[in-house]
Amino acid sequence: MKIVVAIKQVPERDAPVRIDAAGRWIEEADLQWALNESDAYALEEALQLKELHGGEVVVLSAGPERVGSTIREALAKGADRAIHIDCEDLGQRDALGVARLLATAIQPEDPDLVLTGLQSDDLGYGQTGVILAELLNLPHASLILHVEKSDTGITVKRELEEGWFQNIDLPLPAALTIQSGGAKLRYATLMGIKRAKTKEVRRIAAAELSAPPEAAVVLDRIALPQKQKITQVLSGSAQEAAAALVEKLKFEVHAL
Amino acid sequence: MSGILVVLEDREGRIGRISWEAVAAALQLSSFARQPVHAALLGADTSTVAAAVAAKAVDGVVRVEHPLLQSYTSDGYTHALEQLIRARQPDFVVFPHTYQVRDFTPALAARFGQSLIGDVTSIADGPLFTRQLMQGRLTGTYRHNGSGPCFVSVQSGAFRSDSVTTGTAPVESFTPSLEAAQIRTRPGAPFRAAAQTVDLGSAQLIVSVGRGIKEADNLPLVQDLAAALGAELAASRPICDNGWLPMERQVGSSGQTVAPKVYIAIGISGAIQHLVGMKASQCIVAINKDPDAPIFEVADYGIVGDLFEVVPALTAAIKAAKQ
Repeated sequence: MKIVVAIKQVPERDAPVRIDAAGRWIEEADLQWALNESDAYALEEALQLKELHGGEVVVLSAGPERVGSTIREALAKGADRAIHIDCEDLGQRDALGVARLLATAIQPEDPDLVLTGLQSDDLGYGQTGVILAELLNLPHASLILHVEKSDTGITVKRELEEGWFQNIDLPLPAALTIQSGGAKLRYATLMGIKRAKTKEVRRIAAAELSAPPEAAVVLDRIALPQKQKITQVLSGSAQEAAAALVEKLKFEVHAL
Repeated sequence: MSGILVVLEDREGRIGRISWEAVAAALQLSSFARQPVHAALLGADTSTVAAAVAAKAVDGVVRVEHPLLQSYTSDGYTHALEQLIRARQPDFVVFPHTYQVRDFTPALAARFGQSLIGDVTSIADGPLFTRQLMQGRLTGTYRHNGSGPCFVSVQSGAFRSDSVTTGTAPVESFTPSLEAAQIRTRPGAPFRAAAQTVDLGSAQLIVSVGRGIKEADNLPLVQDLAAALGAELAASRPICDNGWLPMERQVGSSGQTVAPKVYIAIGISGAIQHLVGMKASQCIVAINKDPDAPIFEVADYGIVGDLFEVVPALTAAIKAAKQ
């Protein structure tokens, strides 16, 4: 099975969030970067499918130079090769614009399966995988926790709301968006890290794939969220704060 | 081109709360855009739900019916709605931000050269649409650029379903042309993983733990607190994903929705997927080392500090108070 996994590099979870001067995005200068969480699960699913059925895992990522480190991480975990779409203006493209870039790079690969994470931890559009399916004319399913090969294609376990699940049969080729938590993530081994250095990373300039399209949806400005409630912050040492909270729970909330 | 089309979800013969919230959002949008609101329902037979919607203050109801829409498939819904939108040419198409909507609307929007503005929490004149970024640590304001329908989905709980007043709306039918071969996936019946043995929904006190606990070996810390309080233990998704606590203790969009008297969130940053499952709690306490964590936006009481110091102190203080 030939699998393309589209992955995204995002700011690390606990990274400080400072709004930039233009008010349109965050200061990127001193951010730490990481592989988007659900994309890590998409990669894991791809690697497990390859271990079971053979084939090839190709990771695909769009972004500036720094994305290279996340691509190397994926290669170190076991992906066979990578495609890096050099793109400086990813944030200015809407979900469709980004998916068009990725789809154009995927097309000549002609994979059996296209996997992405469910949603990015930064912009959180949650659309890339589903749009890829549309652009590549593939059947798709989203929020997938597990993939099994069947005689006619694949059977996937889809998460529904409130603790419900559903199995879906799809023919191949297909596209899936993977939900976090379906498998246990592997770490890169020392050997894997060493091998990754020799694996192919093909770089394509975004301009070669598609002209920056006029975005249908524009992010005008960003802001810190407005508080929905007035929080009483209980300060002092751990003991003092704990004692204050117990007082509140007892006399204001009447819960003790 | 004109009008606002709101697409509702039929859940076993009922319109769910989040769909009424989408109607509320469409009506609010209509107050800025000065355009009529039509509600669309998809299925093999939508008569019951269509009647319920026609009794509300919308300008019309469209029953989009076909035997192949009996159960949801991305292909069926995308084809059917594409035809409806091409026929009616609305300026805006509004959806509730459900798992089902997330599954097909990005593809539907792409067919029109559009991107969905998803998971919207408020709509202002412009229109401007606000949604969360960076797992709720920021908000972003979006606008639609140029021609073509603007696709929007609204977050659960963001608009008030009770603001939708009664009315009498005409009902019309739309029959999309669909063929069995167009539907490429075969969905199975929904199932639950295992019998639920924990009913968090009826718990009065909940102690809930998140990523801040760092490792499974630290869980006794919060288990002790829950025991001292007589509270149920719950968790955010990453804890259950790691297998540290069973899935049935997960609170959030993919787990249980709770509304206890007191909800103590420990080391939980407060991503929206978690907040939707607990923000209706009467009193929310947040213990987190990051003062900017989104959990503090919904907290009544907050302790900014190291949970490894605060939680044992709290357990001791509660034990002392109960003596």
